[in-house]
Amino acid sequence: MQNLNIYASRLVSKEEPFAPGHRACIGCGEALAVRLAAKAFGPNTIVVNATGCMEIVASQYPYTSWQLPWIHTLFENSAAVASGIEAGLKAQMRKGTLPQEDINVVAIAGDGATLDIGLQALSGAMERGHNFLYLCFDNEAYMNTGIQRSSATPFGAATTTSPAGKVHAGQLSWKKNMPEIAVAHGIPYVATACPSYPFDLIEKVKKGLAVKGPAYIQIMSVCPTGWRCDTDISILLGRLAVETGVFPLYEVENGRYKMSMEPQKLKSLQEYTKLQRRFRHLKPETLAQIEARVVEEYENLVEKAK
Amino acid sequence: MGRRIGIEVSIALADAVKLANADVIAAYPITPQTHIVEHLAELVAEGELDAEYVPVESEHSALSACLGSSAAGARTFTATAGQGLELMHEVLYVASGMRLPIVMAVANRALSSPLSVWGDHSDAMAVRDTGWIQVFTENGQEVVDQIICAFKIAEDHNVLLPIMVHLDGFHLSHVIEPIEMPEESDVCEFLPPIHSPLTLHPSKPVAMGDFAPPVVFTEAKWAQEQAMSGVKKTIIQVWDEYAQKFGRSYHPVECYKCEGAKTLLFTMGSFSETAMSAVDSLRAKGVDIGLIRLRLWRPFPFEEFRAAVKGVKTLLVLDRSISSGGPGGPVASELKAALYNEADKPAVVSFIGGLGGRDITVDGFEQLITDGMRIAASGTDKEYEMIGVRE
Ligand SMILES: Cc1ncc(C[n+]2csc(CCOP(=O)(O)OP(=O)(O)O)c2C)c(N)n1
Ligand code: SF4
Repeated sequence: MQNLNIYASRLVSKEEPFAPGHRACIGCGEALAVRLAAKAFGPNTIVVNATGCMEIVASQYPYTSWQLPWIHTLFENSAAVASGIEAGLKAQMRKGTLPQEDINVVAIAGDGATLDIGLQALSGAMERGHNFLYLCFDNEAYMNTGIQRSSATPFGAATTTSPAGKVHAGQLSWKKNMPEIAVAHGIPYVATACPSYPFDLIEKVKKGLAVKGPAYIQIMSVCPTGWRCDTDISILLGRLAVETGVFPLYEVENGRYKMSMEPQKLKSLQEYTKLQRRFRHLKPETLAQIEARVVEEYENLVEKAK
Repeated sequence: MGRRIGIEVSIALADAVKLANADVIAAYPITPQTHIVEHLAELVAEGELDAEYVPVESEHSALSACLGSSAAGARTFTATAGQGLELMHEVLYVASGMRLPIVMAVANRALSSPLSVWGDHSDAMAVRDTGWIQVFTENGQEVVDQIICAFKIAEDHNVLLPIMVHLDGFHLSHVIEPIEMPEESDVCEFLPPIHSPLTLHPSKPVAMGDFAPPVVFTEAKWAQEQAMSGVKKTIIQVWDEYAQKFGRSYHPVECYKCEGAKTLLFTMGSFSETAMSAVDSLRAKGVDIGLIRLRLWRPFPFEEFRAAVKGVKTLLVLDRSISSGGPGGPVASELKAALYNEADKPAVVSFIGGLGGRDITVDGFEQLITDGMRIAASGTDKEYEMIGVRE
């Protein structure tokens, strides 16, 4: 990734398929992540969007922020809709009713739409081997409905359905390891990315599109509204998520793990959590407990990538 | 001229989908629909039908995949029943709201619980208001004919709405009948290739499924509703064309021995044929009875229905589902609503029967008619009669 930084900025497309002019909150990391990913799509792309922030901020009739063919149908079915589009294009091209060409089919969805309600549809689509790219924009909660917990919400984080109270302190379960679930489907490409590392993100989206078959990328997307953080630190927080080991960047090509970024030494978890009021209620013991688990999982991952 | 063969209705239905040259089939098994998607899988595996067969992991995804393929401009088919249709419920509204011409066969089945794989119309009634065109079929021949017509109706540019072809689970789906299968070349002439006016393609980017704030939602629904209210005209046109080409004619409402009858029995689906035998037998005994059968359930053919019951004193309605805690028979209550403003309206006697696969024989229908006439004469304070309950 280091080498990439030197020249990649010049290679990045100036096109903005996800156009300026949408109604995301100030500092929204998810909107930035979508914009960067869209730069990698190219014009021959159809986008399927699950219900969630990115659908709402980009599609109020009669406006759209998309310069690409775009469809939204429901919260939990973007992988299944993408399956149908891929099948529909394939059949028509084979029968000669559509000209033969490479058309990318990309499904985009939040963590709720992916790890929770849409997991079955995603699993089915990955298992059937449709040629499509699935991007999960992970802001660690259901933000569009007003910050409710999802199975991507980290342990201890306060949301409106995992509030910090006298008895319970925020989210009571550990973040579901979705990339690992995708890997278990034996698909050709799985990766994690974060808009704080834009060239890496763009490169991974391109890779995901290039493989034949399903590709899955989980993209850490800071949400100032839901994380209760300042609106000008989204990039910083994304970096800290990577540098603390909370959200390691890696890719899995045909089952082979590779770290994309290996900090010399992980930063302390507190550097990350202290900037977000969703963690402010946590006691030092709990933070230590979380940190121990983060480090352990990170080391396991590094071991796999060896 | 087609070939007349003895064939299971589900298999014939799948063959009709092949004749229609579908591009994409999304498939998820559920009794009593399974033979349809199984046979389609065989046709695709044998190379007899060039289609993408998408063996999805649930009915929710089956219809979702149909949304995608139809939005991409492909001719799209799926089939389901009972719980499967319920699992699709959320997606049904999207298909009609997006004006996607998907064709779906529904082998009607009761809804759990208790678990029942057998037939009634509960599944159809539960999706009554989803904005799909809905046609009820009576026999295997009609199933084949209506599937072919369904593609032509749904894909017509004045329509562009999804359509369900209902066939009674087991009572129709699993019987072997003599059916005339149309020739492929004739179907080709009758059914032009699909050409959707707006599709997802990079050559002309469009946004589908935006969210609509209150200032436009009503207008969107109104536009959809106007399309729906114009649909009947196209349906009748397509059925007329079909009659000209294939010699079998279909109408939204059909009457059997109704001339001068003061009492009419009202049915939908495959029981209509059994009911005809009961009408024959009672007519032979001098009973003044006729049968009125509804083929087009949505959009409801108000004019044809009102015309068919003009001058009739009593309408005996058989419902194969129940609107629990409500007026009993959903069909009967719709008929009452359709007649409410008429000057000389018939009395409606509502019967519920044939639930969860319970058979109603010719004798059963004779009994129903006799009871109905007696109730109509003496009056009743009951909303409906439940027939065949064993004490
Ligand atoms: C079946 C269904 N249940 C619930 C909802 C309400 N809903 C809409 S978006 C959303 C949360 C989206 O969260 P996520 O997928 O994480 O995306 P984000 O908004 O955070 O980007 C929910 C619960 C819905 N639209 N459909
Ligand atoms: S709630 Fe969060 S994810 Fe949604 S638009 Fe606002 S900042 Fe972005």
